[in-house]
Amino acid sequence: MVTETTSASRLDRISGALHRHPRLRLALLLGLPLLWLVGVYGGSLIALLSQSFFSLDDFSGTIDRSLTLETWGDLFTDSNISIAIRTASMAVAVTIGSAIIAFPIAYYAVRYAGPRLRAVFFVLILIPLWSSYLVRVYSWKLILAREGILFWFVDKLNLNFLLEAALSAPGIGGPSLSASALGQFIVFTYIWLPYMILPVHAALERVPKSYLEASADLGAKPLQTFRTVIWPLAIPGIAAGSIFTFSLTLGDYIIPTIIGDSSPFVGLAIYSYQGVAGNLPLAAAFTFFPIVIMGIYLYVARRAGAFEAL
Amino acid sequence: MTKRRILALVMLVALVAAACGDDDATTGGPMTEIGDGEGAVSIIAWAGYIEDGSTDPAYDWVTGFEEATGCEVTVKTAATSDEMVALMQGSNEYDLVTASGDASLRLISGGTVQEVNTDLIPSWDQVDPRLQEAPWHFVDGKHYGVPYQWGSNVLMYRTDVFGDTPPTSWSVVWEEQTLPDGESNAGRIEAYDGPIYIADAALYLMAHQPELGITDPYALNRDQFNASLDLMRTQRDLVFRYWHDAFIQLDDFANEGVVASTSWPFQVNYGQFTGVPVASVLPEEGATGWADTTMMHADAQHPNCAYMWLDWSLNPKVQGDLAAWFGSVPANLAACTGNELLTDTGCATNGEGNFDQIHFWKTPQADCFGMGGECVPYHEWVTASVAVIGGR
Repeated sequence: MVTETTSASRLDRISGALHRHPRLRLALLLGLPLLWLVGVYGGSLIALLSQSFFSLDDFSGTIDRSLTLETWGDLFTDSNISIAIRTASMAVAVTIGSAIIAFPIAYYAVRYAGPRLRAVFFVLILIPLWSSYLVRVYSWKLILAREGILFWFVDKLNLNFLLEAALSAPGIGGPSLSASALGQFIVFTYIWLPYMILPVHAALERVPKSYLEASADLGAKPLQTFRTVIWPLAIPGIAAGSIFTFSLTLGDYIIPTIIGDSSPFVGLAIYSYQGVAGNLPLAAAFTFFPIVIMGIYLYVARRAGAFEAL
Repeated sequence: MTKRRILALVMLVALVAAACGDDDATTGGPMTEIGDGEGAVSIIAWAGYIEDGSTDPAYDWVTGFEEATGCEVTVKTAATSDEMVALMQGSNEYDLVTASGDASLRLISGGTVQEVNTDLIPSWDQVDPRLQEAPWHFVDGKHYGVPYQWGSNVLMYRTDVFGDTPPTSWSVVWEEQTLPDGESNAGRIEAYDGPIYIADAALYLMAHQPELGITDPYALNRDQFNASLDLMRTQRDLVFRYWHDAFIQLDDFANEGVVASTSWPFQVNYGQFTGVPVASVLPEEGATGWADTTMMHADAQHPNCAYMWLDWSLNPKVQGDLAAWFGSVPANLAACTGNELLTDTGCATNGEGNFDQIHFWKTPQADCFGMGGECVPYHEWVTASVAVIGGR
């Protein structure tokens, strides 16, 4: 009984102290997660980036640990900049493509599908995420092959000329869909599409039906309601989804090795510089590109209200 | 203020990194006698290189060793030469590594592997004399390992396209031309996805532009290197894909209309086995190839068992079984006759007679392997090949 009182009063004292010192409370609450974020994420990022101030010794192939800006000079070559541009353009294209496909699907699921159909929709959207990423990419290689099902189907429809025209387009074409940027775009879009549908769905679900009724009552035509009510409210969802599709495409280095004409993406280049040449300084400097691209992107996405819909 | 603080932090990290960086490898002379086994030995190897019967009971060259020596074998498989180098440099957890020529010199110059005393390896005399003092493991008069297996890259082609006139030169993959079926080779050939492929370009130029004076495709001065890159850039427009996955390449030959490419005997054998109409030749210019050496860590924890494995690895039965499994050529030619799995024609099929036409992979070095002059170092090969494949 005596001990109980003391332990109770001790607890009281602790909670009293915490109540009087809100800063201490905050520090205790946030201390560990903050240490994790700053120490583990921030620290490793700094450790990585600081490698870029070293250089690779030509003769021994080992890292020369004296501070220099030489590696940064090697970074801004035509070839490296074109890799960054190629990757960023693909990420933008995939994001736009995903948004165009995802919007009607999400809209239909929210507005027209009954509860059962909606459940089916969700399962269909999520099923691909349950199977192995590699298996899906390899099967797309077979689908897009010259002797694959897609070419066969197009041939049956007598639409060969369309496909050949697309494949002979400079920049996106190639000898086969599976060896072209167009094919890469299709596979990237397929793989990351669910990450766009879900946030758009969430955003559209939050548009109250009463807004649409009010808009109609005020005499707006359906297209007008869409443009002035639904679309602005959906933009944060699209922006949130685009952060996923954009950053996942930006960082992926497996699809470009299996689909496409082998032109390197940022991830592949970093892998080559570090994994093949042991040139850690250049690989570290190269991470500058995705960091800057993502920085710009997140800034734009924040302006579009992406973080309100996450 | 904040910027300055970040800079200071960066400097601090750099200093810490520098302090941890220096690590002197302790190297003495080679061992002079083998003591009792330590009961274990660990080996880094290519997938399929050290089989204990668990994949296919017919292919087992580990159990016999364990029974004979009491040394239990653990195997760590690695996918690339660079991974092998990293694992070996990381710690002395592994006693042995089956290093290819593009890793072995890095391991030797980094002091990661130790000199091997061939007197302690009774089977050493059986090693193919062509390999005994090969430059990728024999440095400054010292042996840094025991040859294991070798093989060559080949020109694989579709037999239905080339018909009765198989290609005789690598020109089908380097220069635009009309193939026997009347169509151009553009978009129908492949190239290898790796910086070491620049050596293939250099090898082609060695035969076709002798004025460049290339004598070793892995030791290129600036002019020779640039000429090789120019050749690779013209090839870029012809290439369907740069392959590094053997099965993707086979799929491209089967389903994508690719008709010729540098390849390995493995794809040719496997393709023929699965019904893809392919065959291979060793073109008149010669070819690049690989030769693997079992090397021992400078601070190996189980040196006695390691020496016992080095001797065991040359055993004709082991060598022959492995060659049959991997599609390679044994380092001990006694393995070429009387091996049930390899059969008596196996060595010839895997390219045993092509040794003199093969330029074996080795990591390009700035000092041209001591031949004099200044050569383009390996890390520039990597940056350049990334640029060429990217279309620059």
